[in-house]
Amino acid sequence: MRWSMVIDLDKCVACQGCSIACRFENNTPAVKPSEALKGRAVRWNDVFPMPINPTEVTGEYPNVQTRYLTRPCMHCDNPPCIKVCPVQATFKDEEGLVRQNYARCIGCRFCTVACPYGVRYFNWHVPEWSVETLHDFAWQNRTSLPLPATSVPAPEYANPDRIEGEGDLEGPAIRPKGVVEKCTFCVHRLQKARARAEAEGRAFRADEYVPACVQTCTGKARFFGDLDDPRSTVSLLAKSPRAFRLLEDVGTHPKVIYLREW
Amino acid sequence: MLKVDHRDKEKLIDPLFRTGPRFQLAALAFLAVIGWGVYMYLRQLILGLGETGMTRPTYWGVYMVNFIFFIGISHAGTLISAILRVTGAEWRRPITRVAEAVTAFALVVGTLQIIVDMGRPDRLIFVILHGRLQSPILWDVVSVTAYFLGSVTYLYLPLMPDAAILRDYCTDAPAGRLYAPAWQRTLYTVLALGWRGTRAQWERLEKAIAVMAVFIIPVAVSVHTIISWILATTVQPGWHSSIFGPYFVAGAIFSGIGALFIAMTAVRKVLGLEQYIAERQYRNLGLLFVTMNAIWAYFTYAEHLSIAAGQQTEEFPVLASKLWGEFAPGFWAMIGLMVVAFWVLVVPKLLPASAARVPVFRPRYALASASVAAVTGFVLVSSQPAPVSLVLAAAERAALTEPAIRTLGWAFIALLMIGVGLGVSPWLKARPVTASVIAAACVVVGMWLERWNIIVPTMTHPRLIPYAVYQPTLTEVSLTAASLALFGLMFLVFFKLFPAVSIWEVAEGRVIEEAQSKIVIPAPEPSEMKRLRRWGTRH
Repeated sequence: MRWSMVIDLDKCVACQGCSIACRFENNTPAVKPSEALKGRAVRWNDVFPMPINPTEVTGEYPNVQTRYLTRPCMHCDNPPCIKVCPVQATFKDEEGLVRQNYARCIGCRFCTVACPYGVRYFNWHVPEWSVETLHDFAWQNRTSLPLPATSVPAPEYANPDRIEGEGDLEGPAIRPKGVVEKCTFCVHRLQKARARAEAEGRAFRADEYVPACVQTCTGKARFFGDLDDPRSTVSLLAKSPRAFRLLEDVGTHPKVIYLREW
Repeated sequence: MLKVDHRDKEKLIDPLFRTGPRFQLAALAFLAVIGWGVYMYLRQLILGLGETGMTRPTYWGVYMVNFIFFIGISHAGTLISAILRVTGAEWRRPITRVAEAVTAFALVVGTLQIIVDMGRPDRLIFVILHGRLQSPILWDVVSVTAYFLGSVTYLYLPLMPDAAILRDYCTDAPAGRLYAPAWQRTLYTVLALGWRGTRAQWERLEKAIAVMAVFIIPVAVSVHTIISWILATTVQPGWHSSIFGPYFVAGAIFSGIGALFIAMTAVRKVLGLEQYIAERQYRNLGLLFVTMNAIWAYFTYAEHLSIAAGQQTEEFPVLASKLWGEFAPGFWAMIGLMVVAFWVLVVPKLLPASAARVPVFRPRYALASASVAAVTGFVLVSSQPAPVSLVLAAAERAALTEPAIRTLGWAFIALLMIGVGLGVSPWLKARPVTASVIAAACVVVGMWLERWNIIVPTMTHPRLIPYAVYQPTLTEVSLTAASLALFGLMFLVFFKLFPAVSIWEVAEGRVIEEAQSKIVIPAPEPSEMKRLRRWGTRH
């Protein structure tokens, strides 16, 4: 299997539902607004306006063109991040998912520097899900948020799924400070789906698993599946004349395929 | 008992056994800065790397700059002790020890920067347990470790006969002039490794040094090449460049000579070694320094020209930020410092001694030009400050914002700076040591800025992430200061324990010089004949 995602930008309404779903699915830590302003917010799946930097001219008001891009990890076939990791904390598994092991990461941040897409995030402080962070947020947004104070996600709000094992800590697992984290295409969901198929004594099918962002997508703009299967939705969509990949010129061969807006 | 020239004994051995208040004061000052740095590091360790100014996308900052800077400085030792030894440059003898010490200590401080920069320093051992040799960081670990072991060996080998001399000379009588406590005597005895100065021992030592000298040159080249590859193997705009390897090696040797100038002048001044580290050393090292300056300028130009000509959408903003954007002050300061270093070393040498009689070449004219340049610069840089607005009318102030006027202003400043340079040249000509130290200071600061200009503009101008601003915090500034202090302290303690000039190497140099002076001058080269016929043998 070669997991791949297709994002139809024509259907994307830039609602950021994928970002929120990802956040809850993967227990990504919240940061204080002051930290977020510094650029330390952790968004495995980010939605941002294009062009993001003033190198591309899009006209002057009112003659402007506005576009949005939603960006998970590209799960490159030739990932620059895993090539530079000195300790194999990040690796590409046999199904093409680029994963990150928090228990192994030494925090040198070479992968964050090497990734041209900026999909990798560093835990600058102890990851917080504490009530102060949330209250800070609530105060900024003029809402009340009565939540219990914990340094880990409150059990009723946290995703209990874990990938933990001998020297292995991945996915939604609670991570320590000073390590890098990233989008895994919700690899814990894949493991769960596999386990379910095994428990029911049948073969696992590729359509039994999608990441949280695909499941939640408001405009049904995201498709997920096996690129090795020529009849899968992603394989068919990848042949579309609208299909392109992000930063194709840097030679990473991403497995996230975008469909251009009409 | 090994024999030592009485001059060497007086100048090099005696001061080791006199501890004055100056030493204690300097050590205390260094320790205070280091203590503060340790406190700030512990704070960062507990709270996280968020205490630095680093963010997404500026994942690397001052620590990485310091790492490249210190490892760069460590190339001083290789150049002096290895390259000059291999090429048989006799003038190297009095400065080999200082150069080798710079190498070893800069490597320690440089490696510390990486540990300080790590999010999980407690997992450092993973680099060995789970190391992937495909990662440039592993290449770096291997080459820096090899270089460190090689440098320490290389510092130690020529130290062995000196340790033996010290072992023989220091006494255990507390009232004695060369009194050394028991631990110090043990240290010398252990380091001397039973050195008796026999012929066999000398031969073995010479062979070992010769082998190390050849071995360490490729290792040193590899160290800074691999550091550059850490950047160049990524696809980040501005780093993905094939020139980075040689560019970094040239820059490393360049900054190494700068650090060596400062270190050897400090040793010379503090210990009064004017007879050992003489103007000959400054002159010859200065020639190498100018050469490296030219090579560095060439590489810098080549590197930036290709980016400027390519005008690629990701790369060009990085260059633009350096040329006229937010990194322009640092970039042009770097260029300015290098030009000053070049001028200080070259122009006074070119100037004939009679130039001092021309009224232009006076320090007071230089001072006047500098003042005018400073005022002009202030008017150009600051936007409508109170003193300027009081003097100038509104129309004049408006004119100051016009590009043509501003260009003219900068040209005027450049012209004035040439005046400054000419004015101080005879003064510098009379003081070659001071000139060398000024040039060295310019280069060391300029090379730190160069690493900053390579790391930070690229980090703050990534693809797909909004351009960022990077501001180092107090934590980073403190740890940088502490790193410099640690470097200073290691230097101080080392030269409290060991002679700053290799005693036996200098003595050997004297023997060689004496022998050479008895040699009959051979017939001149045919190509020289014409010159000799015309000018005779005078220089």
